[in-house]
Amino acid sequence: MQKSYYDPADLKKFGKISEWNQELGDKFFEYYGKVFEEGALTAREKSLIALAVSHTEQCPYCIDAYTKDTLQRGVTKEEMMEAIHVGAAIKSGATLVHGVQMMNKVNKLDG
Amino acid sequence: MALKSLHKRESDLANSKRQLEILSNGIFQNGELPTFKNKIAETNQFPLKAKKLEILQINVGYMCNQVCDHCHVDAGPDRKEIMTKTTMTQCLEVIKNTGAHTLDLTGGAPEMNPNFRWFVEEAAKAGIKDFIVRSNLTIIRANKKYYDLPEFFKKHNIHVVSSMPHWTRGKTDKQRGDGVFDKSIKALQDLNAIGYGMPESGLKLDLVYNPSGAFLPGDQMAMEKDFKKALKEDFNIQFHNLFAITNLPISRFLDYLIASENYEDYMYSLVEAYNPAAVKNVMCTNTLSISWDGHLYDCDFNQMLNLPVNSKAKHISKFNEELLEGREIVISQHCYGCTAGAGSSCQGSVA
Ligand code: SF4
Ligand code: SF4
Repeated sequence: MQKSYYDPADLKKFGKISEWNQELGDKFFEYYGKVFEEGALTAREKSLIALAVSHTEQCPYCIDAYTKDTLQRGVTKEEMMEAIHVGAAIKSGATLVHGVQMMNKVNKLDG
Repeated sequence: MALKSLHKRESDLANSKRQLEILSNGIFQNGELPTFKNKIAETNQFPLKAKKLEILQINVGYMCNQVCDHCHVDAGPDRKEIMTKTTMTQCLEVIKNTGAHTLDLTGGAPEMNPNFRWFVEEAAKAGIKDFIVRSNLTIIRANKKYYDLPEFFKKHNIHVVSSMPHWTRGKTDKQRGDGVFDKSIKALQDLNAIGYGMPESGLKLDLVYNPSGAFLPGDQMAMEKDFKKALKEDFNIQFHNLFAITNLPISRFLDYLIASENYEDYMYSLVEAYNPAAVKNVMCTNTLSISWDGHLYDCDFNQMLNLPVNSKAKHISKFNEELLEGREIVISQHCYGCTAGAGSSCQGSVA
């Protein structure tokens, strides 16, 4: 039996998802490629955003891929760490801002 | 930064045969990855042949004031291989008669060869059109006797090509040694001050970027933009072009890949990034590399792997342009470094 849910070698097989649905797979990869092209944002900026989101999504494949991708684009480790703090701040902020909902509810029920 | 060269450390990898074995065994022997020969044969590009000679690259010695982590030459202050005046004289004979338009001087730190200036002056008289010196920048600040190098370069209209691994101190010093960044910045400012690298200037100053670890270089144009912006904003430094160069898995970089357990992943990355369109422009097709002792190689990498040209003319004393044209290039798996992504050569991307 496979010993773990994730295998680093699976990242290389990502493209294979098209084998079971060519049309949707192709459409996805075309879209994906387009998103990361240089546009109003540079490819470097997009890569840093992707790195931060990889962490908030906690996707080991994406973390692997975008750590390498940002390094290739000359991003420094200080920039990388700041980017994932942005992700982490939004994650924790999003959790905490729901505290207002809790407070509203408490005030209504037990105010 | 490494403290000593692999040669001085008597490392197993100082032996080029050992390096070639590693590059041919393992994942390339068991068929996990295709050999470079089989890969280029897929698009009918084997055998790879030399075209008309355009660039003569002369390595005037392996001595260097630095011991960079990933140096493919395994250069350092402890390397004593230096081109003699006799071999230089033989080179000059060739320079006078060759159809090549570019002379590219490299090392080590080429400026450390005691006959460097004499050789440049003599070669300049021979009327080479583009004259490149690969200067590591810190040499200009290493000792008083080198402080006037920028003026010397200017006098002979030399095109200066210099390594700069990053626009930040941390990444630069990690790869090239403590203090390298500050000295390089000072040297670049000195070069700018006499006109090198300025937008309208004919005094050409290009930078070479190669990754500081086991990953491939990003897009050359995007990197150039980032380098230009950062160096201008932070230090008011200007330069012309940035060449993004892939680290080839030989010598100290191979040693690093193996020690850090990145070798196989790195070879996978190179093979995955293989670009058949880059093959026709790899630098060995128009360049010839000459070693400190006058032997001829398809490129500086083959020189370090001790893979001489596949021709009867194996030494500068037997130089024969006609014989060398059309020769079959000697290849191994390190060649994947020249064909990854946009390709890589001493002049940067090729595809
Ligand atoms: S400056 Fe160049 S030749 Fe010298 S050790 Fe560094 S990479 Fe090698
Ligand atoms: S390593 Fe040398 S021989 Fe191989 S492709 Fe590159 S330039 Fe040519």
